[in-house]
Amino acid sequence: MKRLFYSMSLRGGRSSRQSNPLFNGRLLRAFALAMTLALLASCQPVDLNASMPAFDTGADTSQWSFIPAGEFVHGQHNKEAVIDHDYEMMTYPVTTSQYAEFLNASLANGIVKVDGEKIVGFYPGDEYNGGKHEERIEAGDWMLIPLNDPALRLEFDGKTFTVKDGYENHPMTVVSWFGSRAYCDYYSWRLPTEMEWEKAARGPTAGPGSDRPFPWGGEIVRNNANYYASRDPFEDMSSLGSRTSPVGFYNGQTYDGYVTIDSPSPYGLYDMAGNVWQWTADIYDQQHYRYMRGGSKDTYEMDLRIWVRNNAGPTYVSPGAGFRCAR
Amino acid sequence: MQFVKIRFNYLFTSTKGLILVAIAMIGMVTAVWGMLSGPMAELGVREVVVRLLGMKLIQAEREGRIIILYHSIAMAVVSIEVYIITSLLKMKEFFKSAINATITVGYLFAMIFGMGFAYFGHNWAFHGLYIFGLSLIFFAGIILAVALNPWNPEYYVTDKNHAHTKKGVSVERIAFFTMAVATLGSTLFGAIPGSYFGNGFEVFLAENVIRQPHKTYLEDAVIGHLHIMLTLIAVALSLIVGRWLDFKGKLHTVSMHLMWTGTIVISLGAWSVVIVDWAHTIIYVGSVLVMLSALMLVIFGWGKFIREGTAHITKPTIGQKIRALVSDPLKFGPLWQMVFMNFTVSGVGIFMAVKLDEIMRVIPWREERITLTGHWHILSALIATIILMYYGDMVGLKGKVRQWFGWGILVLSDIAFASVTIFELKRLFISEAEQQPLVNTLMILADLGLGMLLVILAMLMIWRLSDLFKKQGRWTEEIDHELSQEVK
Repeated sequence: MKRLFYSMSLRGGRSSRQSNPLFNGRLLRAFALAMTLALLASCQPVDLNASMPAFDTGADTSQWSFIPAGEFVHGQHNKEAVIDHDYEMMTYPVTTSQYAEFLNASLANGIVKVDGEKIVGFYPGDEYNGGKHEERIEAGDWMLIPLNDPALRLEFDGKTFTVKDGYENHPMTVVSWFGSRAYCDYYSWRLPTEMEWEKAARGPTAGPGSDRPFPWGGEIVRNNANYYASRDPFEDMSSLGSRTSPVGFYNGQTYDGYVTIDSPSPYGLYDMAGNVWQWTADIYDQQHYRYMRGGSKDTYEMDLRIWVRNNAGPTYVSPGAGFRCAR
Repeated sequence: MQFVKIRFNYLFTSTKGLILVAIAMIGMVTAVWGMLSGPMAELGVREVVVRLLGMKLIQAEREGRIIILYHSIAMAVVSIEVYIITSLLKMKEFFKSAINATITVGYLFAMIFGMGFAYFGHNWAFHGLYIFGLSLIFFAGIILAVALNPWNPEYYVTDKNHAHTKKGVSVERIAFFTMAVATLGSTLFGAIPGSYFGNGFEVFLAENVIRQPHKTYLEDAVIGHLHIMLTLIAVALSLIVGRWLDFKGKLHTVSMHLMWTGTIVISLGAWSVVIVDWAHTIIYVGSVLVMLSALMLVIFGWGKFIREGTAHITKPTIGQKIRALVSDPLKFGPLWQMVFMNFTVSGVGIFMAVKLDEIMRVIPWREERITLTGHWHILSALIATIILMYYGDMVGLKGKVRQWFGWGILVLSDIAFASVTIFELKRLFISEAEQQPLVNTLMILADLGLGMLLVILAMLMIWRLSDLFKKQGRWTEEIDHELSQEVK
């Protein structure tokens, strides 16, 4: 090695070494320093419990929105579709407070239990059809939430769940599909199907703008929704990145100088684009994946378009994925 | 008038002029459209560009717009490769003129009218002209295949260092011919679904259907199409670099046989994606053949640089050999990028395939998409850098300019590609909640690398533009020059 460096640095032709930036020591050192600094900057730890502005959006989280049976424009290519039943969906995503209440109640009556570093609940299993990449979802206890995920906004003392300060009115996140389903099931509700979710976001066929790409209309600006680098008061792109906003935040109010645009769907649902992906109910043939809709705080605005789908296995949890129920 | 005419002739009839125009067109499109996504969108630059240029962007048409954008850039890249092939390989002058004229009109129509249709309101005449442009490129491909006919005795070779059959048929020419024919066949896998989906304007990006357990034949065809077209562009470039560096000897013989067989196998594999579930196995076999062929080119090229660079030294040390190897970044660079491709593209692709159920299918679909798009964006950009380095050589960059141009492209692009690769695979080692500082660093490195690369390209283009105003500029030397004269 010594010989190698010696021959490279001392015995080489002077002119080629001078003109070749590769052999320019000062440049190499500056480059190495810049790279080291850049990598060090990327290694700084993220304080997941950093303080965050608290705003009261005035959202009534027990509110439901009515969606009548009927036609709607489905998908990116505006196919006609119909839902033959009336239904209701939660006006806002389920909050961390609501989920903590559910956990405390269902722990007390034994519907869910602690299993090591997670909360589990029973799921009756899915039919396995041997699809390509399909995984078996057997009957048994499945994880609702992990207890050791630092991004979880709940605290657990072994008996009771409480919400971390400031997150009471934020959407519940770090919750699996099983956890979302268990919540809705506990109250005798259910997760919405993808089609129900889409109709709730898009509105009825009649009238102008029925093919709207966003719940509120044809275009998106930063004050419509919480998405990646949308410059909302909760994000800090230098360290934390994007964080959830309280449910119903984009309601036209001004919060400490930050002006929002009232952005409900035609049926009055809020947060149908951005903030958190929302689990839906459908189980498709030869797939174990569960589908999510709506985009999130972590995605560009293209993923907030009504027809965009996301999926993951039913045990997947994320600080950018939550849910709401239907009935 | 004579001033314009003579320069027009240079730009649109000479090989180097045609390549210059195509690089300039790609550079402009990349610079402008690069401002519509990623960090530029985050910074608010996109809104300014859209307003300034009067673009009309409809949310539901994003995927369609992107497909036209990709095709516009790809057609110009294909044209550059064709210009180089017609200038490097022997063929009748008629064929050369017909191919270059047809493909030039083709890619300019596809790019100008395609982008006009996609981004500036829907003028249907533009859409027709876009399709017309693509069709012209296809016809140019047919003429190229005819012109490359390796069994034409005029192109037989006798040089024993140049791989050939007993009869004298050049194996290298067979490889070029196979690539051209395979490309023509592969276009159908895009054109037919394109006619079906495009006519109803129900376009989709392949990465958006990747997790569907059941895809239609046409959806599978699109997936096969995009993979094989990019592969064939890379195969063509590998052959071009080989000819440029005067690839010959035993390695050449083995490499060229591997290349033409590999091209056939990999094309059949990509085509069979439509009908069989195990098509990827055929693709793996073809990929191994093609990659081995490229490896032989790298071994030949690097050995040659070392031999030539140390010819004056009786017993060169390892250091002297390495210095000889890297002394000319414009020659070393393209082969290095082929090696680097294994770390950032092939290796990642194989890892993703092997760990698909274990890792890639555990992360959400939208994140798997990032790995897929990053994967082929890097491959495309690597191809572009190799072309740029060859262009730097063919316009005769010398001394410090050559060194800075070559190393600039190489170092900046590789920093960017390495950063994008880490970004693609970040979920393997960092959680969503804790990723932002890493993402910021990687994005800065990637954007800095690619941004500076565009600055280098802009400087080159400004120099070439200013040269055009000179009476006895470099362009006058290039007007009748063929690349085959520069093979050494």
